[in-house]
Amino acid sequence: MSSDRSQRAPVGLKVAAAAGLLFLHLPILIIFVYAFTTEEKSYVWPPPGFTTQWFAVTWNRPDVWEALTLSVQVAAISTVIALVLGTLCAAAISGTSFFGRETISLLVILPIALPGIITGIALRSAFSLAEIPFSFWTIVLGHATFCVVVVYNNAVARFRRTSGSMIEASMDLGADAFQTFRHVILPNIGTALVAGGMLAFALSFDEVIVTTFTAGQQQTLPIWMLEELVRPRQRPVTNVVAMVVVIVTFLPILAAYYLTRDGDQIAGAGK
Amino acid sequence: MTPAVSFTKVSRHFGAVRAVDAVDLEIAEGEFFAMLGPSGSGKTTCLRLIAGFEQPTSGRIEIFGENAVGVPPYRRNVNTVFQDYALFPHLNVADNVAYGLMVKGVAREERSRAAEEALALVKLPGYGARKPGQLSGGQRQRVALARALVNKPRVLLLDEPLGALDLKLREQMQEELKSLQKQLGITFVFVTHDQGEALSMADRVAVFNDGKIMQIGSPQEIYRRPATRFVADFVGSSNILPPDFMQRYAGQRRWGSLRPEHIRILAQTSGDGVPARVAALSYLGAGTRVSLDAEGLRLHAVVDSGGALPAPGDAVVLTFNRDHVHVMDEPA
Amino acid sequence: MSALAADRTGAPAILAGRGGVFGAMSDWVWRHPRMFLFLMLTPPVLWLGIIYIGSLFALLLQSFFSIDEFSGLINREFTLKTYGELFLPQNVDIVVRTVLMAALVTIASAIVAFPIAYYAARYAKGKWKAAFYLGVMLPLWSSYLVKVYAWKLILAKEGILNWFLAKLHLTWLLDAWLALPIVGGNSLSVSYTGTFLVFVYVWMPFMIVPMQAALERVPGNLIEASADLGAAPRQTFRNVILPLAMPGVIAGSIFTFSLTMGDYIIPQIIGTSRLFIGQAVYAHQGTAGNIPLAAAFTVVPIVVMGFYLWFAKRQGAFDAL
Repeated sequence: MSSDRSQRAPVGLKVAAAAGLLFLHLPILIIFVYAFTTEEKSYVWPPPGFTTQWFAVTWNRPDVWEALTLSVQVAAISTVIALVLGTLCAAAISGTSFFGRETISLLVILPIALPGIITGIALRSAFSLAEIPFSFWTIVLGHATFCVVVVYNNAVARFRRTSGSMIEASMDLGADAFQTFRHVILPNIGTALVAGGMLAFALSFDEVIVTTFTAGQQQTLPIWMLEELVRPRQRPVTNVVAMVVVIVTFLPILAAYYLTRDGDQIAGAGK
Repeated sequence: MTPAVSFTKVSRHFGAVRAVDAVDLEIAEGEFFAMLGPSGSGKTTCLRLIAGFEQPTSGRIEIFGENAVGVPPYRRNVNTVFQDYALFPHLNVADNVAYGLMVKGVAREERSRAAEEALALVKLPGYGARKPGQLSGGQRQRVALARALVNKPRVLLLDEPLGALDLKLREQMQEELKSLQKQLGITFVFVTHDQGEALSMADRVAVFNDGKIMQIGSPQEIYRRPATRFVADFVGSSNILPPDFMQRYAGQRRWGSLRPEHIRILAQTSGDGVPARVAALSYLGAGTRVSLDAEGLRLHAVVDSGGALPAPGDAVVLTFNRDHVHVMDEPA
Repeated sequence: MSALAADRTGAPAILAGRGGVFGAMSDWVWRHPRMFLFLMLTPPVLWLGIIYIGSLFALLLQSFFSIDEFSGLINREFTLKTYGELFLPQNVDIVVRTVLMAALVTIASAIVAFPIAYYAARYAKGKWKAAFYLGVMLPLWSSYLVKVYAWKLILAKEGILNWFLAKLHLTWLLDAWLALPIVGGNSLSVSYTGTFLVFVYVWMPFMIVPMQAALERVPGNLIEASADLGAAPRQTFRNVILPLAMPGVIAGSIFTFSLTMGDYIIPQIIGTSRLFIGQAVYAHQGTAGNIPLAAAFTVVPIVVMGFYLWFAKRQGAFDAL
């Protein structure tokens, strides 16, 4: 249904689509306005005045920095683990057909298909049964598990486009398995892996539901935000953090889009 | 002389499927060898066995007298032109061509000189900086050819090399491939399902069916003296004559074949020969193809378009020279 | 004679390997493709199998334990008592409320998402198509908590929505709505209406993506054929487009339904004090320390989703994912 030569979109459809998109975007734009408000105690609209002072205040808040650092560390390590596991899985699944292939792709998708709270409480109860104390690594364990699918989705789409005969061609021309990996496979799936990694990073950076169950006393940035949402203490600081989070997550999404736009789409359903 | 490629009782089974079944084969050095057959006949699997992408389930494969079983593709001095060309999209044309030299550790200058030379050989000089995506199908194929030839392989394998090209280009490439092979003297083994291509290009043809070789021979032998009904049917448009028919008109109870151009059509209702009825005519240019119904047996004849043509529905009598009837090996 | 002519001086037909550890490893990989496949699959399967599936089993196991009412300790003996507790009226209430909310959110998402998906699939081209795609992807991927926070700002008493309605002199309309039973409340941010709005906002993009994918697959000539056969646009829509888009709608609804059912943050921040399944799980495992009941509660969405997926699969929705 890509072409429609004779017809133009009905006005009603245009209005409904535009309204739908506005509904998706306006609330995010409002965050940007609130980051500059002079009001401290309430969420009053319109803002009584504008200031950039809250950026400086936020900058000097050690708790925000600690949460941000933890989030970045967790996201970075989870992304690396997800990249390794997701790529291995995608390579194995797309290269050959074997018994149990469907089961394995289901296994990869399951952590994202079931509600996050189930993943979270399952991990928590497993940690408590195995008497594993909460730590940085318990957070990473959870995050890496649901990040695998994002890398996997991106890599599998690209592996499908990288024809099997290209690998044979490389071997035929005298390249052994390692040379083929370095000179043919890696350059061809590289951008898909970078895109998958970025999405995995964004996913981990933003994750809160599983994290509340696996974090113990440590605060990632989303957990910090959640605290502020439940018990607002520093509204202006929260406003600024919210805006920064929006910008920080937009960048990898845009980058991932540009890396994969010809051909496969970023796996939006993978979140 | 040692054959370039030799198969001894080579089989390749995929589960219950016998893709290649106890094939014996010898390809001579410097030969242009065609493997012809319908899809699924085992010809491509044979090619892949030579390249090393497949391993035989049983049997022995030798390349210039050296055992090739268990040798990975990257250690065989054999190169392949793939059906979909399999050019590397991330490399430009020059780097594609120089790939084989690069992985062997040839210095950059030397390999770019060799790549340029190979590109000139396939009539694409100066195309080195382009990306494969910017080339036409015919140009991609030339790059694939250059990429294989630059390694000076002892055997060049071509998998349906002309399948994706349009007719005009295909004919041109047939001639070029042929002259390239003569010029370089490398053993060419190519796979095709197009009998015209096999007959016009190859020194020898192997006709495959059901994982077995039905017949090996020169194009003339294959065309004039098909060994089995399958070969007669698949190669060209021979009429296949059943044993009963042969008994009556050729005096032998065997399967036979008769080329359409060897049938004469007499515009008479009775007389010496095979009574038949004209079913349809199709104009082919110089000749006209006449479909005939000879008492239930469907026959085809080709007659000169310039002469008098029968009309559909006419009762005619067919005659042919007995010497033109080829008696096949296949038992009745 | 070309320099590329056949080398008849006896160049080897079989070359020596690269040698060394890498050469040997490469040869091994080539000779044992199944083994190599097995090695590639081992790390991800072990990770997901042990950490994830293992945890799920641990959870399932705990749902068959019970809690000792006097000591508050977990009694590790097999019992169905905890599952029985699910059928207490207050717990049935929670399940019904959650499933109902998930269903309503799904329907509303489908209605809001359809024009966007339809326009993007059928009319948007080139730059506009990319803009639509990013227009859906950016909100979909942007921070969940920030999105919820934005709605906290919007729905606040002093917030933009009330201000806007006051400007339009429509405050009475909102008051009338809030006066209604069930959907109403003191303000939008403590009503089911608020919870519902935020759910739709947060999960609706997940409906657009598969819906658009399904609509893209409806060939344009099918619509022309329908028009050609004399169908009015409305008939074409109902009899051709909608049935063909249905697998996409069902695929999208898997996400909106599942995500709504498992959420415990949105109803906690915007909504009434009545619990949803997610909140109940959170409360039971946390302050109450009743892990068995929390585990039993999580089985509810698993079972509901199991049925849902089975139904979706029968409708061919997985092809649209």
